[in-house]
Amino acid sequence: MSENPLGLPKLLTGIPGFDSITNGGLPMNRTTLLSGTAGSAKTVFGSQFLASGIEQFDQAGVFVTFEEPPADIRRNMMSFGWDIAAWEAAGKWAFVDVSPQLSDETVIAGEYDLGALLARIENAVNRVGAQRVVMDSLGAVFTQIAQSKIVRNEMLRITTALKKLGVTALLTAERTEEFGGIARYGIEEFVTDNVVVLRNVLEDEKRRRTIEILKFRGTDHQKGEYPFTIHPREGIIVLPLSALELKQQSTDLRITSGNQVLDDMCGGGFFRDSVILVSGATGTGKTLTVTQFISGGALNGERCLLFAFEESREQLFRNARGWGLDFHKLEESGHLRVICTYPEVAGLEDHLVSMKAEIGAFKPNRVAVDSLSALERVGSIKGFREFVIGLTSFIKHHEMAGLFTATTPTLLGGASVTEAHISTITDSILLLRYVEMYGVMRRGMTVLKMRGSMHDKEIREVSIDSTGMHIGSAFRNVSGILAGVPVHASEREIARLNDLFDS
Amino acid sequence: MPKLAFELFVTGRTRQSQRAIQNLRGYFAEAPDVEYEMTIIDVVEQPERAEERHILATPTLIRTSPLPPLRIIGDLSERDVVKQALGLLGASLSTATQTQVSEDHDHE
Repeated sequence: MSENPLGLPKLLTGIPGFDSITNGGLPMNRTTLLSGTAGSAKTVFGSQFLASGIEQFDQAGVFVTFEEPPADIRRNMMSFGWDIAAWEAAGKWAFVDVSPQLSDETVIAGEYDLGALLARIENAVNRVGAQRVVMDSLGAVFTQIAQSKIVRNEMLRITTALKKLGVTALLTAERTEEFGGIARYGIEEFVTDNVVVLRNVLEDEKRRRTIEILKFRGTDHQKGEYPFTIHPREGIIVLPLSALELKQQSTDLRITSGNQVLDDMCGGGFFRDSVILVSGATGTGKTLTVTQFISGGALNGERCLLFAFEESREQLFRNARGWGLDFHKLEESGHLRVICTYPEVAGLEDHLVSMKAEIGAFKPNRVAVDSLSALERVGSIKGFREFVIGLTSFIKHHEMAGLFTATTPTLLGGASVTEAHISTITDSILLLRYVEMYGVMRRGMTVLKMRGSMHDKEIREVSIDSTGMHIGSAFRNVSGILAGVPVHASEREIARLNDLFDS
Repeated sequence: MPKLAFELFVTGRTRQSQRAIQNLRGYFAEAPDVEYEMTIIDVVEQPERAEERHILATPTLIRTSPLPPLRIIGDLSERDVVKQALGLLGASLSTATQTQVSEDHDHE
């Protein structure tokens, strides 16, 4: 039970992230309607509500199934590691099986009610001492009992009885559309004061699961949709991204970027718990910036974690060797861990969950992602933004430094979708740009933004050789680099402009 | 004719329960040559029996013999429906009714 000064007490569910968006769990001793279309994970959610109760709070549960036979549920939930049969044997979990009995022929002749169902639920709750009840799903009751008036009255009677029994209950119901009426049959008006909606929306050809607390009568909750994912072994994980508070501590502690000149340009290095975005076209030196960042950390005895989404391990290691850095040795000494993944293997929510798990396991001081743009193609723009917010706040919360790269689509100038959507989230932005000068491609670098610090405003020339990156002097006689249309000014013009400001 | 056996699941002493019992007894009183056995089970007192039989609604009448099991849900007030389902309609009609009933069953 969680204390809640703003209203009714709540019951912590133990479902990751859900207790955060509900401000402490489900309303206690109430029935909450969980509504969603087919395939929106209602049964998994219901099962997890009971499983988490048993595993985390030692609270027994009753599962009333109107649709799937218990044997199917036991088997389906086994993959999440929920051994329902063992819990049944231990008196922690009880099924009330109301799934259709196809073997018996049934005739309706006269008035009836669902008194038997209520008696069975009460019996099961008393038998295991249940604090949690799941009823899955209401739509299947209607297919068994054609008279919806009876079902409505009886469901109201059951929810009232559950309240008396002191249990917190979830009742699932089908919706025909993702956005529209809360549920079929108009049950939402009378059965429950609390409604949670699960969605599985096709957005830009990608499936995106979200959860929304539609209403909790008499108590507060976070508003809007939150993405969630179904982890193959842990079940539902809600990502309460926009519910995160900006409460990271900030520090004046600086760390090296791995390049002395770049440190100077940033006013003495990056901040320890900041997130830096490196933007540039292909070949401008983003991966090298990442490599420097890692070597700078490793030389100080810090631990670095690199998520690579564009290049294979072999390529990365060969490149690093080309710049005089031995990734193998760093991995062996425990200063580095490189994780190469194809962006397409999972959705953004799944990537976020597994990246958080890797960060949690390795406990690095520095995290680098090369490149963030590669992940753009996996989700919608909104989903991508949420992913970056989630990752950024996680990194900052753990007082680590993060370096993300973004690839610009055009060689000269230009901004990527990545930049457009995440530039306000990151603390610092480094731009790497090609500069065309008299038929020669040269590279330029500038610190565009450095939150909380003075920084160099010049666009400096960068050269790359076998020893790494060398940052030289500023391009004095070129303008329009960032716009992608470099214009060369003569020495006399520069002198004239200087005089203009001096006078 | 094989002996008929029934289980009637009711919830306490509600009016619906009483009506179901009275109706069933009434139908058999009209067919004195038919032998039957009826067990009345109160789901409030014996919920585990309701659990075994997967009873959802009350009253529910289950014909346990002869097999296959037949369920009639409701207070059995719909006289013709019940009598037809149980094969209790008049002897002159019995052959035709039996055929009709089994056909109906096949459709369900």
